[in-house]
Amino acid sequence: MARSSGSLSRYLVTRLLLVIPMVWILLTIVFVLMRVAPGDPVQAALGGRLPQSVIEQKRHELGFDKPLIVQYGHYLGGVLTGNFGHATSQNRSVMDIVTHEGAATLELSVAAMFFALILGLGIGVLIGRFRDSPLDVVGRLFGIITYAAPVFWVGILFQLLFVAKLGVLPSSGQADVLQNIDLQNHAHTHIYVLDAIINGNWDDLRNVLVHLILPGLTLGLLVCGVFIRLVRVNVIQTLKHDYIEAARARGIGETRVVLKHAFRNALVPVVTVVGLQAALLLSGAVLTETTFNWPGIGQALILYLNQRDYAAVQGIVTVFALIVVGVSLVIDIVTALIDPRVRYS
Amino acid sequence: MTSEFMAPAATTTDAPTVRRGRFAGIRRALAPVREARGLPKWVLYVGLAIVLLFVVFAIFAPWISPYRFDQYLDSHGNRFPKSVVGGHPSAKHWFGTNALSTDVFSHIVYGSRTALEVIAIAVVISMLIGVPLGLFSGYYGGPLDRTLVLVNDAMFAFPSLLLAILIAFLLRGKFSFLGDSFSGIMSAAISITVIYIPQYFRVIRNTVISVREEPYVEAARVLGAKPRTVIAKYVFGNVVQNVPVIATLNAADALLTLAGLGFLGYGVQPTEGAEWGYDLQRALGEASGGVWWTSVYPGLAIVLLVTGLTLVGESLNDLLNPVLRRRQLLPVKITGPELEMANADAVMEERS
Amino acid sequence: MSSLPDAAPADAVLSVRDLRVWYGTARGAVRAVDGVSFDLKRGETLGLVGESGCGKSTLGRGVLGLLPDAAKRTGRVVFDGQDLITMPRRQLRALRGPKLGLIFQEPMTRLNPLMRISEHFYETLHAHQPDLTKQQMRRRAIDTLGEMGIPPTRFDNYPHEFSGGMRQRIMIALALVLNPAFVVADEPTTALDVLVEAQILRILADVKRSFDTAILLITHNLGIIAEACERVAVMYAGRIAEQGDARAVFARPAHPYTRELLASTISLSTTSLHYIPGAPPDLVEPPSGCRFHPRCPDAMQVCPTRQPPTVTTELNQRVDCWLHGPDDEIPDGGTQPLQREAIGVADEA
Repeated sequence: MARSSGSLSRYLVTRLLLVIPMVWILLTIVFVLMRVAPGDPVQAALGGRLPQSVIEQKRHELGFDKPLIVQYGHYLGGVLTGNFGHATSQNRSVMDIVTHEGAATLELSVAAMFFALILGLGIGVLIGRFRDSPLDVVGRLFGIITYAAPVFWVGILFQLLFVAKLGVLPSSGQADVLQNIDLQNHAHTHIYVLDAIINGNWDDLRNVLVHLILPGLTLGLLVCGVFIRLVRVNVIQTLKHDYIEAARARGIGETRVVLKHAFRNALVPVVTVVGLQAALLLSGAVLTETTFNWPGIGQALILYLNQRDYAAVQGIVTVFALIVVGVSLVIDIVTALIDPRVRYS
Repeated sequence: MTSEFMAPAATTTDAPTVRRGRFAGIRRALAPVREARGLPKWVLYVGLAIVLLFVVFAIFAPWISPYRFDQYLDSHGNRFPKSVVGGHPSAKHWFGTNALSTDVFSHIVYGSRTALEVIAIAVVISMLIGVPLGLFSGYYGGPLDRTLVLVNDAMFAFPSLLLAILIAFLLRGKFSFLGDSFSGIMSAAISITVIYIPQYFRVIRNTVISVREEPYVEAARVLGAKPRTVIAKYVFGNVVQNVPVIATLNAADALLTLAGLGFLGYGVQPTEGAEWGYDLQRALGEASGGVWWTSVYPGLAIVLLVTGLTLVGESLNDLLNPVLRRRQLLPVKITGPELEMANADAVMEERS
Repeated sequence: MSSLPDAAPADAVLSVRDLRVWYGTARGAVRAVDGVSFDLKRGETLGLVGESGCGKSTLGRGVLGLLPDAAKRTGRVVFDGQDLITMPRRQLRALRGPKLGLIFQEPMTRLNPLMRISEHFYETLHAHQPDLTKQQMRRRAIDTLGEMGIPPTRFDNYPHEFSGGMRQRIMIALALVLNPAFVVADEPTTALDVLVEAQILRILADVKRSFDTAILLITHNLGIIAEACERVAVMYAGRIAEQGDARAVFARPAHPYTRELLASTISLSTTSLHYIPGAPPDLVEPPSGCRFHPRCPDAMQVCPTRQPPTVTTELNQRVDCWLHGPDDEIPDGGTQPLQREAIGVADEA
């Protein structure tokens, strides 16, 4: 076993080193994009009513009057130390935004992943096993439609059905007003579900969960389409492998063959794809949060963008880039743990 | 949102036989489509029918649509009803009216035009940039290739919708010299173009790399073929097979991105044309009040067109991708040996 | 169509009568196996030899019922008193492992790369003998592996940590761990080098001796037959041309095809290459009558007209060839040599 763990740590080190150029390129892209923005960053963010002197002062404070290279160095240095900047239009650091609004988005993403995995894996393995049957056709159609339907439209449909028609679920927000105040006063992780549990406040918890259902399901449906298609193809391909035939020749039952051999082996690329969905999830979160007025970081981004608060936008987008790269790294590590062949390649 | 389809495996065909005719390569590449039986062919046709419907809408919009998309007065100068107040579907307004008193059905029809315009521009341009980049980067390799791959992977990692939003936002107003009815379309088109170039680059490059190592390519090089010839004759043929699939699936994704941009307000502006995503943004506020026609119909249009494009792309993928293709095993009945004996006797009699 | 008695001999483990396996394709039905009959006794190894594409693998799997869904089987395969063809799937599956075994050709891909060898064994043992404790299963598995020369220290390794030869030995161990009475070995050494091949053959011989296993050894290598098999069946175009005692068949082949095959083998005394002209026949539309007649140097007038019935020669070999009669079924003039055009190199019969 010593040999195996040696190669594992070697793989980890290599993988970590690869992250650096990737992150650097992303950060550079972000920086360039934000500097290309039209208009003066400070003026745009603060509105046109302030006297010029105040604007000049603010600009100097935030470092916008320095040459671009210096700003670039400042930016990169900030990222390395965990300082993502400060919003111009409000008195909040980006870190603060990430902590509060980010927690809400995290809550939404986890709920969405939960729905997506259950639906996606379950349906995917079923129709992969019964390829070309009517079940397969329905399943694939379902996968296509959940992908084709814009996530915000699905959200609206849910609102039409569950809010307008049936009236059983709330249409917006993370929690009702009272519970909101309560959870903000007794915040620990800023993730409402966790905080409610930590506080032992079941009323809060129930309220939060009820608010989480529609947005979570909406976003989850978006992602599950991807899983269905991927799992289906992988199960089909895995079932063609020689070791599947060998297992059948030993009298192993079909259910076990599909679940233990095909599904598990087909999962390996799925694990990778789950990581790739981080990007899709972030995009979808932006749209879902706007639809349900969910106070997450996606909605925050749009709000700051509309206010021309470039500093905040830059900070948030930087965090997004890091999240995506980080998740991808974690997924690669997990894959290496699951699949012993990866470590040797 | 990046297209999450299973990218077609870098397919390689056997060394191409010499065959005359201008479109021989394409004809050969599309042969599996013609030979298809059963479900994939049917799916392909349904998808094509759907896409065709919207193409017809787009081209003949002024004749099909009862009103202009921004029309809120009827022929007598009276205002159309507003969505909440009597704007539900009726004889005069099949799909009802929306909050701005414009006709929803007209928006569906004119929206097809907007959608197809933007997608066509975006897909064509990203193809024109991405494919050659992938071809040369994959074939020549070296530091340029490595850099491009790194940049490509970085762009892939980033959420594409967000990238599109940023670019669209930054381009806003930059195209005003094109006139009011185009600047939004152009900025939307360009932002979508940029995020799809990596798609083509990656798939084409992977195909090129796998083909490059094939023995027949090596043989050609050894015989002194110029790189350009090798690329044009051998590599391109294999690559061309992948392009229709990617293009259709890209178009589907591009439409979703456009709708997303429109929903957030960074897409095509209402003065420039009808756009389904933007309509949905307007409809969002009314949904809780029970106004369903302003959201259901534009959304259905998006779903239908994206599904149509995806069906076409997926069935093409099923047909052209040998990994997924399954040789049809047809049912068979075993004839008895008695038949054989009888036939043999008959033959015997003939001979003697 | 066979001269074999319908009822299986008392000491036969396996009795196959008129087995046919046909596939449907766009061009028509492929008659991969078209009327094969043979018996197999306890502890006996029957070698099945033939060119590529003659249907040997299909026959091996057809006997065990491991064909793709679209293949159709008819005939009788009597094992242990039961007909495997009409048996319900579940019952058949229960036999696989404890009673029926299959050893595959390519060992490299036959083991699940994500599962340890130990897990493979536990899975198989648990599927058929769920009452065994983990300790007992481990004991059984390690013992069987030990007989194959795999040390117990490697029991928890992953497949990719073994060489090809070792993987094949693991596969054999997996197939034999439950002591099946009948094993099909489908070209078990084709993918391995000669030294490993010798090891594998020795293992098969040991297994046969210790457990009285009946083996159907499929191969295209005549040398393996000579070394490892008591009886041999020569297959051509989906039918068995000749079967009998291995040494006898090789010394005095009754069927022209067998004769040609033997003449084509290369040894140290070969001075010029001998080959059979033409190519293996199309199994969708096989040649009329005796399927070998287009390539047979001894073909007669009667050969294309009718399939020869199976005849037992004085040397106790069973052969399907008009050269051996039955004379009363040959019409007048049927024994005249067959006139044919010369066969081109690319001709298909």
